[in-house]
Amino acid sequence: MKKVVTTFDSSKIVPNQTVVKRPIIKKDRNTLHYHLMLMPGIILLFLFSIVPMFGVIIAFKDFNPGLGIFNSEWIGLENFRFLFNLPDFVTISRNTLLIAVAKIIVNLVVALCFSLLLNEVRARLFKRSVQTIIYLPHFLSWVILAGIVIDLLSVDGIINQILIFFGADPIMFLASTSWFPFIVVVSDVWKEFGFNTIIYLAALTGISPVLYESAVMDGATRWQQIRYITIPALKPTVVLLATLSLGSVLNAGFDQIFNLYNPIVYETGDIIDTYVYRAGLVNAQFELATAVGLLKSVISFFLIIISYFLASRFANYRIF
Amino acid sequence: MVDYTIIAFLVIIALLCIAPIWYTVAVSFSEKSAVAGGLVTWRPVQFTLSAYETLLSDGSFFRAFGVSVERVILGGGLNFILTVLMAYPLSRSSKQFKMRNIYMWFIIFTMLFSGGLIPLFLTIESYGLLDTIWALVLPGAVPVFNVILLLNFFRAIPKELDEAADMDGAGPWYKLFRIYLPLSVPALATITLFSVVGHWNSFFDGMIFMTQAENYPLQTYIQQLVVQTDISNLTTEELKMIAQMSNKTLNAAKIVISMIPILIVYPFVQRYFIHGIMLGSVKE
Repeated sequence: MKKVVTTFDSSKIVPNQTVVKRPIIKKDRNTLHYHLMLMPGIILLFLFSIVPMFGVIIAFKDFNPGLGIFNSEWIGLENFRFLFNLPDFVTISRNTLLIAVAKIIVNLVVALCFSLLLNEVRARLFKRSVQTIIYLPHFLSWVILAGIVIDLLSVDGIINQILIFFGADPIMFLASTSWFPFIVVVSDVWKEFGFNTIIYLAALTGISPVLYESAVMDGATRWQQIRYITIPALKPTVVLLATLSLGSVLNAGFDQIFNLYNPIVYETGDIIDTYVYRAGLVNAQFELATAVGLLKSVISFFLIIISYFLASRFANYRIF
Repeated sequence: MVDYTIIAFLVIIALLCIAPIWYTVAVSFSEKSAVAGGLVTWRPVQFTLSAYETLLSDGSFFRAFGVSVERVILGGGLNFILTVLMAYPLSRSSKQFKMRNIYMWFIIFTMLFSGGLIPLFLTIESYGLLDTIWALVLPGAVPVFNVILLLNFFRAIPKELDEAADMDGAGPWYKLFRIYLPLSVPALATITLFSVVGHWNSFFDGMIFMTQAENYPLQTYIQQLVVQTDISNLTTEELKMIAQMSNKTLNAAKIVISMIPILIVYPFVQRYFIHGIMLGSVKE
């Protein structure tokens, strides 16, 4: 404040220039308030996001809880060497990628088809009611939904009763390595497809009705309207979502799989995040779990950066 | 004709979507023997409230419910205050606020990179927060994604309003609380819904940061007692026996009760969030 006032006195400015100068005093005072507003959040982020980041040095140490993080012995890349030689490492990487990619593709396609169908319906109230119902599972936790899924698919669950009714043998869905990834993808679609339609429906409302009117004038059938107007109009949205989902190919969904899986299906159902949990917090192999977690964090970080770069380059997308 | 086919198809999908949840509700109101005999399909068989009566006398269930309510109020409140306070300065241009981009990159970095599970656990442990409600509230206190949603919303508010307020001598706090907040109700409703639902639904932090079962929030409690069953070394026959012994109606009742808060909030905020979600996505 004081400094600005002296500038005013010393530089003998003509009146219309003081008008220009005045906002600068205000800006300095505002900046102080801006820092104040940001302070609590920044401190909390520092304590709970930045501080744990230093903990990743455990991945390069022979961690001894008695000595603590900083006094444990450095062993370089030994933990990573051990990790890469682990047969589990190939399994969990493969499962993570397969499940995550399958989820991304199926969710994209199902949500797209469903929005196209919903868009064909004119009745407003009907549309809204359907939307309300299909969004609901998104807001329920995986604990609840997995509880329901496990009950439905259990040996004496309703699905197996239907199978028996039609003369088929009951299937132990959640104890079968071939069924498990399939169930994971289907139940994920159940939870999320409704919510994923929101973005397509918004893009669909953005299409000018004039296009459809002129198409009708030219005698276009309904299918042709979808084929030549609706789908091309949705293309940028689809491309954008597909690009952004690149950042999540290492996230196969911890909450879901953790609540659905069991040791029998580790071979096809164990993913990086569930492995980190078991190695670290159940078996107390802190270094190994941290190394796996760090590897995942670093790869994900670069994938997200690449996907944002591609999205901003080709789809003009900016998050802020 | 085509219209009717589409409508019929949509109705079937919507019903399939809701059916498992509906079935669980039906089970919770049915007689145990009817459930075990596989008689329940789409409506309660031999309607009874006995599962809910048993649940009412279960102190640990309601203690867990209480922990969840507490974390929703504390955590949701903290999320709201911090989101608002951070979104406003960050919505200023870097001309108005020189350090803006530095702060922005800082919070984006915390969103994109994380130390991972083990370092977070060791950090919380070293702060002495294990078995306290703060372990559930503080690590996620700043929802960076919500901050970005809200700051984008603030940026869409006409500049003229801001300039008019400047002319009248309004400071940043006055502008935030008297101009920006009242104009951002849809965005605030959306982010509040996200953070409240997130707090209510999360089970994992309760599981790793709480060592005593009495401190579990509701979802962790349900996860530990209803969902988690180790069926690794069991034969089909043994599995069948366990399934018959386990109290399906009681478990269903627990699931239903834990869904109720979401079902109550959901219709009220639904009209906001469709609009609100689009804020953070495709823009000009």
